[in-house]
Amino acid sequence: MKINFIFPSFLFINKNSRLMKFKEILSQLNIAGQCRKYGLPLWQCPQFLFLVMGIFIIVSTLIIYAVGNRYIEDPEIVALTVILIAATLFIIATVITNSFERLAEANRMKSEFVSVVSHQLRSPLSNLKWVVEFLMSGRVKEVSKKQMEYFKILKENTGRMTELVADLLIVSRIEQKKFPLKKEGFIMADLVGEMIKGKEIFARASNVEIKFENKDDLTEIFGDSFQLKLVVENFLDNAIRYIKGKGTVKVRLRKQKKSIYFEVEDSGVGIPQEDQKYIFQRFFRSANVMRHQTEGSGLGLYIAKSIIEKSGGKIGFNSQENKGSTFWFTIPIKS
Amino acid sequence: MPIWLINADTIMKTILFIEDESALQKTFGEVLKQEGYEMISALDGEIGLRLAEAKKPDLILLDLILPKIHGFDVLKKLKQAEGTKHISVIVLTNLEGMRDVDMALELGATTYLVKAQYSLEEVVEKIKKAIGD
Repeated sequence: MKINFIFPSFLFINKNSRLMKFKEILSQLNIAGQCRKYGLPLWQCPQFLFLVMGIFIIVSTLIIYAVGNRYIEDPEIVALTVILIAATLFIIATVITNSFERLAEANRMKSEFVSVVSHQLRSPLSNLKWVVEFLMSGRVKEVSKKQMEYFKILKENTGRMTELVADLLIVSRIEQKKFPLKKEGFIMADLVGEMIKGKEIFARASNVEIKFENKDDLTEIFGDSFQLKLVVENFLDNAIRYIKGKGTVKVRLRKQKKSIYFEVEDSGVGIPQEDQKYIFQRFFRSANVMRHQTEGSGLGLYIAKSIIEKSGGKIGFNSQENKGSTFWFTIPIKS
Repeated sequence: MPIWLINADTIMKTILFIEDESALQKTFGEVLKQEGYEMISALDGEIGLRLAEAKKPDLILLDLILPKIHGFDVLKKLKQAEGTKHISVIVLTNLEGMRDVDMALELGATTYLVKAQYSLEEVVEKIKKAIGD
């Protein structure tokens, strides 16, 4: 009885896993489904057209073989068949190329769309920001404590939207390759010092202490200081933001052979092992981070990676969940 | 009161605000009034140029994306005309490309402010500084 019970269930599991594999293969073969994903009709979809071309090549080879065998004495007919088949292949290839062009165009339009929408959002957002500030300043009417609480919520959320729009604009510029590096000489230690100073209020409000260990003696870097500021700011913001309760952020700067090494260590929530491979992807936000902190667009580290790699540097991190993270980058002194 | 009895310091300084967002016109109008300035509004580039010529303000706040005449062209014309070329112009815009900043400064703008980066009070401070108060 017992054996009887186990045996069929074992079979069932096996059957199930086989079914899963079969489904996986089917889904890969499901060209109609893949084309739907792109929002393209079949005759414009590269995957489908490739299949058509493959079948056509096999069939036409067989036809040529048959024709060649039969009309071996009549080379004109063989040549004409070959020309006809080559012309058909050429037409299919042209259609495929066009469909790829259309996909590339759709991608470009997407980036442009993001750019236009973000630009359009900026005006109402700055209006909103200044009107809220005007109300909060007490210039209109004395503000009660209760009202002030709500004004603060308005201001904070407007700020979040402004940041998100700014990030989206940078991402669309990166994707449209319209985010060129503007190189100039500057001292990295000064830049970091200035950014830390700018974050002092935010850190104090979050009960976080920032320690700057500077082992670099005023090395001049030749790079884009505006873009590097975005990266440093992103590291600092993340470090402060993801510390629960009281904590310390250690910022280190040192000179290596041909580069400057910068790192930010925090005692924050850390990144779970399974999420680590996705951390530099666009819009990715770790599940544990979402529990602690709803703010953040998931774009900062993607932007940081693009900037550092374009500058000829390297970027990376070490992290352990519930212990903290260390994000670092290197930047060549003369790039 | 005869004109010679008016102390020069008591004459309100005027600021021309060329900006198509009426929400900003309203907010700045109120703030600048409280700061003791008279504000003149222009909702597009064409009116802006006409008012600059007619009223000769002490300072011009100029947006760049404007109906009818673009901010850069307004700036160029202001700096070319005899009557308006000495007036300080603060560009107040959402455009933040380096090319836009360079262009505006090249054309003769005193300061270039990106709206998203400044608070209301900071903008007021910049205005006071540019107008010499």
